[in-house]
Amino acid sequence: MTAFRSLAAALLLALQFSTMPPALAAWDLATLMDDLARHKGGRVRFVEKKYIALLDQPLVSSGEMTYTAPDRLEKRTLQPKPELLLLDRDTLTLERGKQKFVLRLADQPEAQVFVDSIRGTLSGNRAALERSYALHLSGTRERWSLSLLPSDQRIAALVSRITVGGTRNQVDSIEYLQADGDRAVMSITPIEPR
Amino acid sequence: MTAARRAITVWLLALAASLLVIARAEFTADMSAFLPKNPSPQQQLLVDQLKEGVLSRMLLIGIEGGDAPARAALSRVLAERMRAGGDFSAVRNGEAGAHDREILFEHRYLLSPAVTPERFSVAGLNQAIGDSIDLLASPAGLMLKNLLPRDPTGELMELLGALGSEGGPPNRHGAWASRDGQRAILMAQLRASGADLDAQEAVLARLRADFAELAVAAQVADARVLVSGSPVFAVHSRDTIRSEVSRLSLLGTAGIVCLLLVVYRSFTALLLGLLPVGCGVLAGIAAVSLGFGTVHGITIGFGTTLIGEAIDYSIYYFVQSQRAGDDGDRGGWMARFWPTIRLGVTTSTCGFAALLFSGFPGLAQLGLYSIAGLIAAAAFTRFVLPHLCPASFRIREIDGIGLRLAGIVRRLAALRWGVLALALAAAAVVASHRDTLWNPGLGGLSPIPPAAQQLDQSLRAELGAPDLRYLVVVSTPEREASLAAAERIGRQLQALVERGTIAGFETPTRFLPSAATQRARQQALPAADELAQRLPAALRELPLRAGKLQPFLDDVGRARTQPLLTPEALAGSTLALAVDSLLLKGSSGWSVILPLRAPQAGDGRLQAIDAAAIQRALAAAGEPDALFVDLLGETNRLYSTYLDEAILLSLAGFAAIVVLLAFALRSPARLARVLLPLVTAVLLVVAGLALGGEKLTLLHLVGLLLTVAVGSNYALFFDRSGNEATGEDDAGTPQTLASLALANCTTMIGFGILAFSQVPVLRAIGITVGPGAVLALLLAAILAGQRRPAP
Repeated sequence: MTAFRSLAAALLLALQFSTMPPALAAWDLATLMDDLARHKGGRVRFVEKKYIALLDQPLVSSGEMTYTAPDRLEKRTLQPKPELLLLDRDTLTLERGKQKFVLRLADQPEAQVFVDSIRGTLSGNRAALERSYALHLSGTRERWSLSLLPSDQRIAALVSRITVGGTRNQVDSIEYLQADGDRAVMSITPIEPR
Repeated sequence: MTAARRAITVWLLALAASLLVIARAEFTADMSAFLPKNPSPQQQLLVDQLKEGVLSRMLLIGIEGGDAPARAALSRVLAERMRAGGDFSAVRNGEAGAHDREILFEHRYLLSPAVTPERFSVAGLNQAIGDSIDLLASPAGLMLKNLLPRDPTGELMELLGALGSEGGPPNRHGAWASRDGQRAILMAQLRASGADLDAQEAVLARLRADFAELAVAAQVADARVLVSGSPVFAVHSRDTIRSEVSRLSLLGTAGIVCLLLVVYRSFTALLLGLLPVGCGVLAGIAAVSLGFGTVHGITIGFGTTLIGEAIDYSIYYFVQSQRAGDDGDRGGWMARFWPTIRLGVTTSTCGFAALLFSGFPGLAQLGLYSIAGLIAAAAFTRFVLPHLCPASFRIREIDGIGLRLAGIVRRLAALRWGVLALALAAAAVVASHRDTLWNPGLGGLSPIPPAAQQLDQSLRAELGAPDLRYLVVVSTPEREASLAAAERIGRQLQALVERGTIAGFETPTRFLPSAATQRARQQALPAADELAQRLPAALRELPLRAGKLQPFLDDVGRARTQPLLTPEALAGSTLALAVDSLLLKGSSGWSVILPLRAPQAGDGRLQAIDAAAIQRALAAAGEPDALFVDLLGETNRLYSTYLDEAILLSLAGFAAIVVLLAFALRSPARLARVLLPLVTAVLLVVAGLALGGEKLTLLHLVGLLLTVAVGSNYALFFDRSGNEATGEDDAGTPQTLASLALANCTTMIGFGILAFSQVPVLRAIGITVGPGAVLALLLAAILAGQRRPAP
């Protein structure tokens, strides 16, 4: 997802290619998680489209996200309204205009599960993901797609599926399909280092 | 014998009258002994808050032991039991308040401050709905999506935003927990007010019993419940003071009884000797009941210390009349010693009379109690006791002790220059400590152990419970008028919040606006067909079609005629807790309390609130009669008023003593000889306390006054001996010296034991009077010694 990471990934890849026969390298969930876990953080640009049945057009928002492994994620929305969403360990802070909401994840199991889906994917924490979701991986290392199906009824009542797509250890899209049929698609592109 | 019979008859009648008065007396143990007689409005508010306000009812509860899910489960069953029991008006433990949200949503158009005619114009609707749609793009809008068709202008979000985002404590496994997760925590409001300590005590006992039962049922063996808050403190203080007073006065009495038994070797003498004390105590209580209407428990507590002085009279009589008795002439004691004792009693009375003028009921009662008690004890000794003594009545000869004392006293005289030097040194110490001598706050009197205070602070911080230090209070005869005034003040305070003068404030009108405001909001809503006409224009350029907003039209139409929100409609919700604790019905109408939150400095510490800015805001709101109170400041101010007044009154009492003695002794030299030991003893005690790091409180001052009262008797005896040029050297006689030493020992036992009390109030008296009395006797002996001719 980032520049430092790309470099590290390239090195790791080289290392892997040198230690195992490329043709037989079994690319599976474990490998993907390992790949993701090696990712230490970085900055990306995102565009999020929300398709809501009530509205005639999708809502589009965009901004930047910064991830610092293993548990800090900053999502800074710039359009249409500036907003800062900060996830730091157990605390979710949302600043919007003059308002500021602070949420402790332990207070909100539903939010906790959402956060786990993002953070678990970014940090390659398979155990955390499998606590709340059934995982299905498809595609190849170059173009993979990981589906998360909530196993918890409370979550399933809100979200029926989360699909994360990527290339190697780079996540480039996240789609939330809500139980009511609405969905949100976020596409992610890395920001090259200055 | 007729004189004897008359004296005994009068005594018995007085005794019966006292008992009658006491039987009908009203006793209280509440805070009122510490509160002013003629309070200012601010002080009255403080008094009300302490007695029955929110503070006096708030309980903070922690559950420890077991694991986190077990603690949360216990928290839930305990809360359920508490809510069902009826002892509590509210219990909060973080369980979801679905009912609250429902009330807010149902009444959103009456409650939301954003509801104005402008908001429902085409432009206003466009703006508000546009904002809501923007919010949908954000995670903050998650909750909004389902509500959008009914609440497209986002009034509920407006209300929840106004609720503030302080959040509560963290929620673990469905109940509040401390930040470190080691405790489940709850907050509850008792129905019983602080004025009804018995009821509060019963509720606390029930709470602990319930918890124990639930913990056993849940099989959490090591579960513990920690309870804190004003009710716990008040009950604990009362228990401690009660048990300490009875335990220590029992110990002191036992010590005195043993000493007297050893000296007298006669039960008759012991019983007769204790009679003046009993009479004094009864007369004291009866006098206070007659003079004040009610008797404070604390007055009786102090009263036990009176034993220390009242017992002296019978000691003087028994020991000093010994020799007179030998001569078959007890009347001789009357002639020789009574005038001295009478002067001593008059002196003490003068000192205590000053306290009668105190605005602090506790002190005034103590003054009256002491005066009545001392006069009754002395009068009994003088007029009744001699007639009660059997003809053959004798106590053991204690001349041996007396003779040895006489020798010591002669040698002590050599120390008199040393005493003067010591007195000067003590004066210097007192002078150099004068700025730090007094304890400026009430803290020095608090009987709450530090561990309990710490628990309270940690629970309070974990729960985010308000400390309710700064309050704005507005009172009017009618509830509606009070709410309207609170709304006007709230608008001004909001401006101060935006400027950062205060961090925030609470008001009951957030959940219960005045009827006028609710009606104004209803009138701001357009009629359904009017609104339906405006919507298409308002929704132009927005991705939402008017057809989807039929529920909005329905809800607005209903809101225009819905019944206004009343306190009854809030019943059972936590919103009611906020309203009930801030909107109070008093004797003369309704008061609204608006607690202010102090701004934080950069380092996170709370800053003081700018009182002038608040006063200006109140004036700007057109409510100049509203009060701004800093409860902590007010408490300290109140106490320092008492202290200043008590110091002044003590000085006045001392001046009265000087005048009285000057008049009685008619000699500056004798006056000096009586006063010098007293003043020196007081100086030495104060200097000792100052060097020991003890901060003086009101009770130390009372102790000093008692020291002077007791010590004046000693000094007068020594003075008398020095003045009787005609041979008999009474203080020098073994009997007199022995009686003084014995009286001094009893005083030392009675007060010395108080010095070991855990209750600061009692300890202060003990460490002042115990050493003070001994010093007064010693100094009187040393300073009198020079005058006595060598034998």
